[in-house]
Amino acid sequence: MAAVKVFCYAISTASIRVILCLEEVGAEYERVNIDMATGEHKSPAHVAKNPFGQVPAFQDGDLVLFESRAIGRYVLRKFKASDVDLLHGSSLEESAMVDVWLEVEAQQYDKAIFPIYYQAMIIPCFYGGTTDEKVVEENLVKLAKVLDVYEARLSQTKYLAGDFFSFADLSHYPVTHFSITIPQVAALFDARPHVKAWWESLESRPASKKVAAKIPQLS
Amino acid sequence: MFTIHVYIKNIKSFPSLQLTFLEFQCVRKSSEMAAVKLFAPVMSTAATRVVLCLEEVGAEYERVDIDLATGEHKSPAHLARNPFGQVPAFQDGDLVLFESRAIGRYVLRKFKSSDVDLLHGSSLEESAMVNVWLEVEAQQYDKAIFPIFFQVMVIPNIFHGVSDEKVIGENLEKLGRVLDVYEARLSQTKYLAGDFFSFADLSHYPITHFAIKFPQVAPLFEARPHVKAWWKSLESRPAVKKVAAKLPQLS
Repeated sequence: MAAVKVFCYAISTASIRVILCLEEVGAEYERVNIDMATGEHKSPAHVAKNPFGQVPAFQDGDLVLFESRAIGRYVLRKFKASDVDLLHGSSLEESAMVDVWLEVEAQQYDKAIFPIYYQAMIIPCFYGGTTDEKVVEENLVKLAKVLDVYEARLSQTKYLAGDFFSFADLSHYPVTHFSITIPQVAALFDARPHVKAWWESLESRPASKKVAAKIPQLS
Repeated sequence: MFTIHVYIKNIKSFPSLQLTFLEFQCVRKSSEMAAVKLFAPVMSTAATRVVLCLEEVGAEYERVDIDLATGEHKSPAHLARNPFGQVPAFQDGDLVLFESRAIGRYVLRKFKSSDVDLLHGSSLEESAMVNVWLEVEAQQYDKAIFPIFFQVMVIPNIFHGVSDEKVIGENLEKLGRVLDVYEARLSQTKYLAGDFFSFADLSHYPITHFAIKFPQVAPLFEARPHVKAWWKSLESRPAVKKVAAKLPQLS
């Protein structure tokens, strides 16, 4: 079978989400670098694959997909195996819990942590600009409240969707990989033992370690 | 509620009818299973997303009002259902869910039938396209239109505050760019995920129902004929009309 292709950028959190899924299922894939620094993501060739001019895009034969959470679902379903099932699609109730916490990642967690990451890391490192500390502060308050819910949840279950690892947990990895290096964010995790243990268990997965080793440092 | 089904077996056609075997069964009809419950006020756009799914599949459901004005969404009882203190929450027997897009997926999967399948779950490729455009709704469309809705409708009416015109302006520009992508897409396919109606289309309805009436937003749809036609086709669906009729009017 021809390997699937991921059109991605090394520090793109959304790209990393897809790469993690591919590594977890052990699928063959080819990374095609889209150089955001030179605006390649806005080129006609890339926009033909991702009409919003973003990364990643994905191709499997004739099928072209975009939006990393949708690509992830496709990869995890197509390459699902008896020992790797991160959607639990054969159980109506378990897959519903995965869907709930996938939505939480997108609607609650990402909305609080991404602005912090963007201001504290992307603006200075990628754009040479100045961090808006007010935005960082407001979102640290939001993130703390979100993590309180996570602490309560993870005191009840080993992982977010239940006692099984799923895409809902994995989906948090990319932005957290970067953000945990921000001292105020690390402090929020350190203060919540179940969240901290959960994060450490994500980090210690072989697929996470393999992918993390290839992510460039943001300086 | 029980229905008594009488099964008559082995009737022999003698001159006088003889019943050789009568079997009484008390069966609980599947449609008389406990109805699912939705905890939310009528005005919640997220709750409307779930109601639309329930109406499309024709499931029995009960709506339990959650009074936002008195802070009921932050009560311990509701937090036990939705730990973020938001609406909706959903219950089917022992299963409690929150986040309207997740609840919608559950409803559309559980009550799927041969004539109503809004996820196309049996096709890897088609369901992937549904998932793509569901993500687009959440990541691109909602992120542009929700701030406009919040500034134009929620801030003045609920918080008695003043709209931030700068936020509105910035997001109208974003929404215009998003709708350009939709116009191009809908020039190729009848609906977003393909030539079939899906949850991806339906998921757009709740907030657009209100925002399309804003003088700043209406022209963006008017100027894009395929988007306009797509919106009209959503509005004309029987389930949508039924749900729309119960939504509060904008002042």
